[in-house]
Amino acid sequence: MAFLEVNNLYKSFGNAQILKGVSFQMDKGEVFSIIGSSGNGKTTLLRCLNFLETIDRGSITVNGNVILDAENGITTPHLTNRLTFGMVFQNFNLFPQYTALKNVTLAMDLNAKNRLKEQNLTSRQRKSLLKEVCQTNEETAKNLLKRVGLEEKMQHYPCQLSGGQQQRVAIARALALAPDILCFDEPTSALDPELTGEVLKVIKDLRDEGRTMLIVTHEMEFAKHVSDKIIFMADGVIEEMGAPEQVFDSPRSEKTRSFLMKAKE
Amino acid sequence: MDFITVTQSLFEGFAVTCLLFVFTLLFSLPLGFLISFCTMSKIKPIKAVFKVLVWIIRGVPLMLQLFIVYYLPGMLSPTGINPFGKIDNYLYFNYGIDNGGALIATLIAFVINYAAYFSEIFRGGIEAIPKGQYEAGQVLGLTKSQVFSKIVLMQVVKHIIPPISNEVITLVKDTALARVIGVIEIIKVADMFASKAIIWPLFYAGAFYLLFVGLLTVLFNYIEKKLSYYKV
Ligand SMILES: Nc1ncnc2c1ncn2[C@@H]1O[C@H](COP(=O)(O)OP(=O)(O)OP(=O)(O)O)[C@@H](O)[C@H]1O
Ligand SMILES: [Mg+2]
Repeated sequence: MAFLEVNNLYKSFGNAQILKGVSFQMDKGEVFSIIGSSGNGKTTLLRCLNFLETIDRGSITVNGNVILDAENGITTPHLTNRLTFGMVFQNFNLFPQYTALKNVTLAMDLNAKNRLKEQNLTSRQRKSLLKEVCQTNEETAKNLLKRVGLEEKMQHYPCQLSGGQQQRVAIARALALAPDILCFDEPTSALDPELTGEVLKVIKDLRDEGRTMLIVTHEMEFAKHVSDKIIFMADGVIEEMGAPEQVFDSPRSEKTRSFLMKAKE
Repeated sequence: MDFITVTQSLFEGFAVTCLLFVFTLLFSLPLGFLISFCTMSKIKPIKAVFKVLVWIIRGVPLMLQLFIVYYLPGMLSPTGINPFGKIDNYLYFNYGIDNGGALIATLIAFVINYAAYFSEIFRGGIEAIPKGQYEAGQVLGLTKSQVFSKIVLMQVVKHIIPPISNEVITLVKDTALARVIGVIEIIKVADMFASKAIIWPLFYAGAFYLLFVGLLTVLFNYIEKKLSYYKV
């Protein structure tokens, strides 16, 4: 059984059918890049995986756990499965009022608080436990920020950081919750060309560490380099999926070929 | 009429002005917060009703609203007796407070009026927060209330401080309207001197407002500066 199994996902907005039966499987530690022209449902697919959209049909299984299964009425994830996926947004969505460090620790701390609430503890015990956890979280966050090359910028606010730095904070923030699968939605397309490299390098490092990642991108060279498989989406379905060399160098589908031709221009 | 006597009288009037100001803010800010959520409600009828209410309250002169609040209950009651008059008497005979009924009517009108204005400011502030902020919070596993309290709220506050400060400063001067239903606030006090052909206390009263507004301006500048450590 594959680590991630996406089965027959359907999603529509009003009358517009956007995802029309998307299925694929990923093993742990694999990196898939999703390519395709604008409006083909790439973002929608990632949003469905991250529960930002409710799927109409289909199922998602991770590591044998059924996360979503629309046919059996599971259209919102169980509490314990909410953090299965992580998401890095195109425009970062950092919290402007917090420092880089606090951006990373905030959700860790609040999640810890939520978990402690469910346990049977006196408020005294809860407070002291939470304090300990928050200290560990801060260490974790500092290490993550170091790893994305922002050791010097921990106390900076997002408005004091460049786009590339902001996106690296966002990556650290997503990593902090240890998602099984990390999703990126065009992580570099809001960046100036000279800043894309630093973000792509971080993603490459994550691949080398064995992270399971799904990356929507328009950076074809990067996708070719970093991915185990390429998913080409067209008209709400996976038109073609395969090893990068195969998809890029000898695409089977006519649609893939013409998309790649256009992308080269 | 000597300066000391006038000053004393004006201070008595100014105390009423301050009382109106403080209690109006105290009640209208939270009420405005509630109304803003009603005007953003997903339940269509609630949204429609509150939008119309806000339109009416913002569309009718505050002075007229004072008259309506003060006179309408009496006109509608079968006995025809103005309840605020009763409150007046009650407060006067039991506590020696003058014009208590009119003061309460003024507070009711002001609270409703300012809540409507504040609700629109809150709505604007809340709607100015990009969807991505909520989504980032959601993806990070935060509950809806955590997203609001830890992520959205601070950003809303930063957005709304300038328009709120405008309204607050307007309120200082709007309190002078209360005299139309008999509240003896500072302008009314000064006017009572004027009716005895002593005009200068009217100008003197202006200094009270200026000083008060000056203090508020300093306070709001301080808050804005405190919040300027980040940009949205
Ligand atoms: N909330 C929504 N309501 C209505 N339509 C939507 C919504 N979200 C997306 N769509 C539509 O779904 C289609 C697919 O959008 P999506 O963002 O998934 O495309 P994409 O492949 O990510 O494109 P791009 O490369 O431009 O980012 C678009 O036509 C879009 O207009
Ligand atoms: Mg997209």
